[in-house]
Amino acid sequence: MSDDLFRYVLRLADDHLILGQRLGEWCGKAPSLEEDLALANIGLDCLGQARALFTYAGKVEGKGRDEDDLAFLRPEREYCNALLVEQPNRDFAWAIARQFYFSAFMLPFWRAMGKSTDDDLRAIAAKAEKEVAYHLRHSAEWVIRLGDGTEESRRRMIAALEELFIYTGELFEMDDVALAMVSEGVAVDASELRDEWRRTVDGVLSEAHLTAPEAAYDQTGGREGRHTEHLGHLLSELQYMQRAYPGLEW
Amino acid sequence: MTETTPLWEVFIRARNGLNHKHAGSLHAADAELALQAARDVYTRRGEGQSIWVVRSSDIVASDPQDKDMMFEPTATKIYRHPTFYEIPDEVGNM
Repeated sequence: MSDDLFRYVLRLADDHLILGQRLGEWCGKAPSLEEDLALANIGLDCLGQARALFTYAGKVEGKGRDEDDLAFLRPEREYCNALLVEQPNRDFAWAIARQFYFSAFMLPFWRAMGKSTDDDLRAIAAKAEKEVAYHLRHSAEWVIRLGDGTEESRRRMIAALEELFIYTGELFEMDDVALAMVSEGVAVDASELRDEWRRTVDGVLSEAHLTAPEAAYDQTGGREGRHTEHLGHLLSELQYMQRAYPGLEW
Repeated sequence: MTETTPLWEVFIRARNGLNHKHAGSLHAADAELALQAARDVYTRRGEGQSIWVVRSSDIVASDPQDKDMMFEPTATKIYRHPTFYEIPDEVGNM
């Protein structure tokens, strides 16, 4: 039970750490000052959620690892985030599409987590739900404006939505760990969120005069630590300080 | 840049019962994005309960060159200040 719970919470924590790092990469480089702050704000929300989740995961594991140990001192194959969140910022449309797909999933996810039998997860969910509601609104408004904007913004929005679509199926994946947690009343059955996610995505895309992509297949593996080539590069930056100067504090 | 993202003025109300106060300005493509940008730029530290955004070009401002004509004459009309009136004790605080 506690090993499954550890893995389950760690997955959630990794999702938010990695996405937060990706969003942080925009700091100082976003298309406008306003969007620079917006993306950094969303990144900080993700980081805050990750911290709470890592701290809880460390407590569940019971081996004395704290949030920093879990965030900074694991090799790539031990990260179990979904592949979607590690995808790079090819352009602004990629960042928006990634956020939109993910937030459209996390909003009903945290809502459902509000009914968990686990006190810590319920408390984290209550805070996260409000934050994610804004992430979804912000990214959806950009999908509409880029999709229904200029010829170039439309072309880039379509490309990002299509290329990232194969990573969305993994969000709904239910393996033994997740199923065990569902049977305990702790976890959310992600597979049940698919219809709502699809309705959200279709609704926004039709407002943007775009057609929703179809995936030929789902690219998965992140939950078992099999990542795309992008995660290693992200981690080398994320972990640099602790790898170069172990135990450094400031 | 300013063609697609015009300037907006941002007004924030810090608490219920207070007025919206001018907080600054920003660039945004339309009203909805201006509201979101205002939230992200000006309410990061719990400054707000409510936001107004107004297109800067929709604000009609007095001409600084008219300052003397507009505001100078009131300087000599001190009787417009209520400080000359004796307030009866029964009135209490005003």
